Amino acid sequence: MDSPYIDVLPFLFRGLGWTLLITFTGLVFGFGLGTIAGLARLSRKGFCRGAATVYVEVIRGTPILAQLLFVYFGLSELLSMNIHKLAAAILAIAVNSGAYIAEIVRGAVQSIEPGQQEAGRSLGLSRSQTMRYVVWPQAMRRMIPPLGNQFIISLKDTSLFSVIAVGEILYQARQYYSSTFAPFEALTMACLMYLMITIPGSVYLRRMEHRLEGR
Amino acid sequence: MIRTRGLCKRFGDLTVLREIDLDIHPGEVVCIIGPSGSGKSTLLRCLNGLETATDGEVTIDGDSLNTTEASLNQLRARLGMVFQHFNLFPHLSVLENVQLAPRMVQGKTVEEARVIAEQLLEKVGLSDKAHVRPDRLSGGQKQRVAIARALAMQPEAMLFDEPTSALDPELVGEVLSVMEELVKEGMTMVVVTHEMGFARRVGSRVLFMDEGRILEEGTPEMIFDHPGHPRTREFLGKVLRMS
Repeated sequence: MDSPYIDVLPFLFRGLGWTLLITFTGLVFGFGLGTIAGLARLSRKGFCRGAATVYVEVIRGTPILAQLLFVYFGLSELLSMNIHKLAAAILAIAVNSGAYIAEIVRGAVQSIEPGQQEAGRSLGLSRSQTMRYVVWPQAMRRMIPPLGNQFIISLKDTSLFSVIAVGEILYQARQYYSSTFAPFEALTMACLMYLMITIPGSVYLRRMEHRLEGR
Repeated sequence: MIRTRGLCKRFGDLTVLREIDLDIHPGEVVCIIGPSGSGKSTLLRCLNGLETATDGEVTIDGDSLNTTEASLNQLRARLGMVFQHFNLFPHLSVLENVQLAPRMVQGKTVEEARVIAEQLLEKVGLSDKAHVRPDRLSGGQKQRVAIARALAMQPEAMLFDEPTSALDPELVGEVLSVMEELVKEGMTMVVVTHEMGFARRVGSRVLFMDEGRILEEGTPEMIFDHPGHPRTREFLGKVLRMS
């Protein structure tokens, strides 16, 4: 086994595990954050709207790498404790994707025509019941394609985390070529590794979109 | 049972309703006619608090709509509403559409709600469609489901907002006949409509609205055969010539 193309694979597969772990866990929290922030942006209470808007604008207006360093080094200093790099990576994905997901949630909820809400309210359902049983289930369906898109974006964003030595795919590739001097081969394989997830992902998404439009 | 006093509604600079005083008595079928933009639909939506009055008051059996959110929800449950565009819940089956409010608002069990829903679907002639999604139905069928959904809450009165205006002409009849059935049962109804034939046949009172005011009201015979106000005559002249 001399070929660096093959040699690098065990490293990259180890990296793939970390990448997927960070992406999935980060997005689960990000979805929670995004749902809260997205609904807060639609709230009648000015304070909720304001807080959510600040969150979304600050996160969308700053680079994710800065956010990561902020969490890993900045927060560590502020709280004078060591934040584990994996926790920092997950937190960064969560906070970052949360802001974009908030906009996805807001857009989806707003896209449900007002007549649905009126029908719910006219039957005596409360505001929150109408949201929960009438608007939200319909909005969820419309969120699936943009959420899938966000998954692909967040997955690629994890590559930035090699700067704090989180062992994701790109970090593993760098580790490999720093000792073997085969960056071309290592990086080619690393990129193929990303494509292995993102291309089937977007194909699947496109199918899903067609299905959703169909009904 | 439904009463408005000095009801005004403004959207910004636009005044849609001016000083409406209206009493709807139990068992009455009040048809509201008038040109588009005259405030008919807004008036109807003020009656169940979908729109909040800018001025004046709406009461249902003496209970004011100007109240807390929770009591307003309870008041709304006492009035059924049917919309021009049906507004069925597309993610639920026909049966679930009808069951939802009795379960969530009245706390009925799935089983109790199902019995009610099945009875009502039979009443509107759609028992066989119980398990399909609304997008499989024709406009007339959708509107009949919407009527069943509103009736499931056992409302004291029904509000209809142009229930046949979005329908293909050949589907209007099936909806009107369901409504006429309700009239026979003595349901109190307020109907905003362009169906002059329906208003004449079943209305106990017809209101003519123009520019946010009730210009004229009376029995169908009075309004249709001897309209007093020139605007009423003009409107009826145009509408009846068309049909």
